[in-house]
Amino acid sequence: MSVKYTKDHEWAREDGGVYVVGISAHAAEQLGDVVFVELPEVGKTLSKGDDMAVVESVKAASDVYAPISGEIVAVNQAIADEPAKVNEDAAGAAWFVKIKPSDAGELDALMDEAAYNEFVENE
Amino acid sequence: MVEFAGYEMPVQFPLGVMKEHLHTREKAGLFDVSHMGQAVIVGADHETAARAIETLVPGEIQKLGVGRQRLTVLLNDEGGILDDLMVSRPATDGRLNIVVNGACKHADYAYLDARLPEHVRLERFDNRGLLALQGPKASDVLAKHAPAAADLKFMTFAELQIGDITAVVTRGGYTGEDGFEISTWDEDTEKLAKLLLDDPDVEPIGLGARDSLRLEAGMCLYGHDLNPAISPVEGNIAFTIGKRRREEGGFVGAERILRELAEGPSRLRVGILPEGRAPAREGAEIQSTDGKTIGIVTSGGFGPTAGRPVAMGYVDTDHAQTGTEVHLIVRGKALPAQIADMPFAPHNYYRGQGAGK
Repeated sequence: MSVKYTKDHEWAREDGGVYVVGISAHAAEQLGDVVFVELPEVGKTLSKGDDMAVVESVKAASDVYAPISGEIVAVNQAIADEPAKVNEDAAGAAWFVKIKPSDAGELDALMDEAAYNEFVENE
Repeated sequence: MVEFAGYEMPVQFPLGVMKEHLHTREKAGLFDVSHMGQAVIVGADHETAARAIETLVPGEIQKLGVGRQRLTVLLNDEGGILDDLMVSRPATDGRLNIVVNGACKHADYAYLDARLPEHVRLERFDNRGLLALQGPKASDVLAKHAPAAADLKFMTFAELQIGDITAVVTRGGYTGEDGFEISTWDEDTEKLAKLLLDDPDVEPIGLGARDSLRLEAGMCLYGHDLNPAISPVEGNIAFTIGKRRREEGGFVGAERILRELAEGPSRLRVGILPEGRAPAREGAEIQSTDGKTIGIVTSGGFGPTAGRPVAMGYVDTDHAQTGTEVHLIVRGKALPAQIADMPFAPHNYYRGQGAGK
């Protein structure tokens, strides 16, 4: 299953019926050194585009939005404990949450990697 | 790049805010602060110029020694702060150099033009640049090109040759570290920047780290921590008010300021340490632990040297004591925090051999 991206620089990747969600390496680089991550509570239900998490660098605080609707079934406590991990491996180990989607069809509206890279180029 | 005070300025260089901040505290950082306003107030003699500016600032300027610089504030008629500024005395004649904030300079100049007496005039140095070299290695770096720089004491200045560049070098800055602010003619500023950046201990530093460094140092950013409604007593910068001036008054807004000095202000700028990891930023409401609004955060973020979030803001004076527990409202949640002493990272100024730090 390929990775899908939003225009707000979140990514989502299917993994055994749930979607692993994080922020793109490009977003992490733009933020600079991440010093704080606030994650949602497990069990919370979000609609696509809702505020899902907060990530802060020395410079600024940024909201992370839910790329798809669904229920939060897991959060990555490791990045709350060690926010710098987001800069090290945003696309991999520093995932934010796992979402059980209410409508997996929403993924179709997101960009694939090639489209996202082009979007970032033109941003 | 961002727009700041009408200039395009870098938030950060490739090193990034965090590493730029830490590099400045460890070695030396170079800041281009040429957006700041440099000008000179000229009277027939020192007393004439000093008396004129003393009607608008509460600092002791008449007794300012040659080669010395002082921080004070430009006041409105209500004793509120229009800007914070450096005043320095270059010679025994009637000149007083000033350095004002870039974002305020046009308003400051208009105010000074309108309020200085006719026999005292303001001349702008719109053709001078300003570089700040800050950090524990700043003195070693600058002394390679201008040995006399190493002997300057905190808040003194001299005209020095840096290689073939003539510069006015002042010891001080806006980071809490030892360092210099270096004023040159425009055509020499870039050349000086390149010369200093050639040193392996020096990195260029952007606005992001400039802000986090001054915040840790407990210093105010005009327009955020100070504004025209806030007096220097409320702003907790009463050191900008000279001893003689407290007795004599004779500056605009003196009635309020002298009353606040005598009776205490109703609100006060304080340091704030959030207990958790979440930074509280400008605009966050400050509440007492029983949920009453007692103030507002005016600057806040993560302090790279402190290794934790730090903030400053205004609280009602009865909640201003160090150690008072408060709540900061961040994204609708009340985060526990304490009123704390500033600075959050120790100042490290050069006051002369054997004078200690």
